[in-house]
Amino acid sequence: MRGPFEAAPPIELTFTLNGRPQQLQAPPLRRLLDVLREDLGLTGTKEGCGEGECGACTVLVDGAAVLACLVPACQVQGRSVVTIEGAGFEPEQQAFLDAGGVQCGICTPGMIVATRAWVESCRRDGVTPDERGARDALAGNLCRCTGYGAIVEAALRAAAARGEPT
Amino acid sequence: MSACVGSDLGRPDGPAKVSGRAVYVADLAVAGAWHGGAVRSTIAHGRVLRIERKPGFDWRRVVVVGPGDVPGDNVQELLSDDQPILAERVVRHVGEPLLLVAAPDLPTLEAALAALRPIVEPLPAELDFESATRVLHEVSIDKGDPGARFDSPPPGARLFEGTWRTDSQEQLYVEPQGCVAWPADADGTVVVRGSMQCPHYVRKALARCFGIAPERARVVQLTTGGGFGGKEEYPSVVACHAALLARAAGRPVRIVYDRHEDLLVTPKRHPSRVHHRTLVAADGTLLAMDVDVLLDGGAYTTLSPVVLSRACLHASGPYRCEHVAIRGRVVATNHVPSGAFRGFGAPQTCFAIERQMDRIARALDLHPFALRRHNALRLGDATATGQVLHDSVGSLAVLDAVAARTGIDRHRWCAPAMAVPSSNSGRVRGLGMSFFFHGAGFTGSGEELLKGRVAIRLLPDGRAEVAAGSTEIGQGTTTVFTAIAADALGCDPGDVVVAVPDTAAVPDSGPTVASRTCMVVGSVLASACRELAARIGGAAGDFRSRARAWLAAGGDGIVEHVYGSPPGLVWDQATYRGDAYPCYGWAADVAEVEVDLDTLEVDVVRLTTAVDVGKAIQPRLVEGQITGGALQAIGWAQCEVVSSRDGRVQQDRLATCIVPTTKDAPRFDVTIVEQPYAHGPFGAKGVGELPMDGGAPAVLAAIEDALGVPADRVPATPERLLALLEQRERTS
Ligand code: FES
Ligand code: FES
Repeated sequence: MRGPFEAAPPIELTFTLNGRPQQLQAPPLRRLLDVLREDLGLTGTKEGCGEGECGACTVLVDGAAVLACLVPACQVQGRSVVTIEGAGFEPEQQAFLDAGGVQCGICTPGMIVATRAWVESCRRDGVTPDERGARDALAGNLCRCTGYGAIVEAALRAAAARGEPT
Repeated sequence: MSACVGSDLGRPDGPAKVSGRAVYVADLAVAGAWHGGAVRSTIAHGRVLRIERKPGFDWRRVVVVGPGDVPGDNVQELLSDDQPILAERVVRHVGEPLLLVAAPDLPTLEAALAALRPIVEPLPAELDFESATRVLHEVSIDKGDPGARFDSPPPGARLFEGTWRTDSQEQLYVEPQGCVAWPADADGTVVVRGSMQCPHYVRKALARCFGIAPERARVVQLTTGGGFGGKEEYPSVVACHAALLARAAGRPVRIVYDRHEDLLVTPKRHPSRVHHRTLVAADGTLLAMDVDVLLDGGAYTTLSPVVLSRACLHASGPYRCEHVAIRGRVVATNHVPSGAFRGFGAPQTCFAIERQMDRIARALDLHPFALRRHNALRLGDATATGQVLHDSVGSLAVLDAVAARTGIDRHRWCAPAMAVPSSNSGRVRGLGMSFFFHGAGFTGSGEELLKGRVAIRLLPDGRAEVAAGSTEIGQGTTTVFTAIAADALGCDPGDVVVAVPDTAAVPDSGPTVASRTCMVVGSVLASACRELAARIGGAAGDFRSRARAWLAAGGDGIVEHVYGSPPGLVWDQATYRGDAYPCYGWAADVAEVEVDLDTLEVDVVRLTTAVDVGKAIQPRLVEGQITGGALQAIGWAQCEVVSSRDGRVQQDRLATCIVPTTKDAPRFDVTIVEQPYAHGPFGAKGVGELPMDGGAPAVLAAIEDALGVPADRVPATPERLLALLEQRERTS
């Protein structure tokens, strides 16, 4: 149901999107997912459930993985949003291709964004990335195609590609 | 030359998918498109009296389409004509569409749908398929004289009976159903683009709905976010709805289901009850089998006759037996129609025969591995339909492979007497196995009747384009076709492109179902490529320059081939005798589980599987099919519940429709066995469905090993396991 989210009059939103300043008018409770996909044409972020259960809509807000279907637009006011269309996902993208972590691809952008958030949090916190950590970090991202083995391997390869904790 | 087959090429569709550039139906920019939706029945069976329009809504803002607005037949084209596109007088399941609405934006669409209220007088609903009496289809398979055997068994023989049940299952492709339709253009052509497995099925459905020639309907597949059978027949429904709305609105209309609607109304796996009577000699030899298969077809026929057929053809398992009777029925109920889902009836009957084998082994004090190996079909044996297996039989190879990997042949199964009392806590482990086969390609004369066609054509720049109706739904069609074409043409994979499946531009290769794309369509592709390669010759220069030279000299750069069945295949559909499938894939699974004694949650920690695929054209893709399919089977075995109350699916949101996550998935140990099939491309057989068949019986056998209670129903949820434990406590 979209109606309830769109009822209030639009407000002015200012935030950083994929490294560039962004300004637009949107109802405050409009889902960030719709702002990205419909208002801004960034359709790399997918919708699999609309209720926070599948992870296909994962984006980064100030570096943390969040579900764009649950975030109202007003919450990104003044913050930094990064989607799969943004820069800096190359190690994860390559790892998913190399490990065979892509099949139908509908979960892939969300998986890649969540993987990057995990790899960067490991580096930040000085945690050595391991299989268990990858499985925990990606537990909110559903994939019905792969059985996850190749996805977990991709996450570990991405972590290796980004190097040791800083 | 074989450089690409057997190696791992990069997926041609990979870069667009990892960058978010791949265009799925919800992503397609269509100027001026409206949004479409449906008014649906809220009850399982009833007489439609009228549809009330609540006052206060401005109907000029939307278009509404009813059954009377269907220009052709109000029939959802498939095997039988029993399903209307829009129900008129009677509704037969919750969610059945009655009216369609299109609106310029989603809030307006939602408001309009909420302002339309169907007034339906309830009729008695049939919601228990085990007592339902309206039979949609029946199948009988007979071999030898089982009746005589059961009546006068040889000395020492014992009779075993077992009833095995499986519940429904949701495909849960992560991208919901959807398509975009345009109103007829100047020459009367209706165009639909969308998420689907079978564009030529959709074309046929549109032609019937609009009363037009199939050529006047053009259907183009967009990047498709998973199907697993769920996008075999159902996209025709969405396409007809969107196209009817586009016609009425005079503009393009997009229908993309939200998850809630998708879960409530789309077809799911057929629930089953399978009863076995098995006569077994003291040494474990199967003497006679009697199998009764019952499936819940739901409210309409859809694909049920074919699902039942495949269920029955796999009901006696991969075992030798001289005397077999299989009786199958699919009955109508007032549930949402059941439909195609990976495995297509075989997972249900595979579950039953494999659990029956465990029961026999336990009673005869034989080892379950040894019992299976003793009775396994081998080269030269005949199946239940009398098909003699001449070629490509990996049965013993897969059994021996899982034994070598796991030691399952030496495992001592927990005897019920040794079972842990339910008052214990902590975790208990168990092991279980299964052995199974899956017929690749269409049943019987299906491929012969279908005559799948594929073309290979040279582009002006000298690259070769594969033109096939087969779709990429994630399983790797594009990569597999690229590898087959490159090796058969003798060129680099970069010289091959695979055309988008567009019914106006590619021949009908038959649907992307039944594990047939690689084996059947791939073999046609290979032969077409070999003819083209012979035409343009192997002279000096790279492929593209030779191809360009051939075109410049006026050569014909298009070769289209049609599938021809391998010689010697004979099938009698009336008696179900003969060669049911061109060949079979073979596999064995070993599941290792841990059961939490406090919560009775089952954790599948490892799944070891060996799979005979003939030839792995792309080994990594094959492994992806195996692990992906096996996880769906594991989910079905223990956590994927689909239930209904008064005919309404209860798991109607992703919060309640549970499927395995990274944390639920086991470690997979995959052995690929290659017993080449002479008529498959480079020896390949089908692999798409096989991995779905064996997971559930292996997991339930492992649960039985861990807890010592008989697990006879899928899924084995904690609630069901608790009931079994309590029952044991009461009776011991
Ligand atoms: S669409 Fe946001 S979690 Fe599923
Ligand atoms: S690749 Fe299809 S859902 Fe993950």
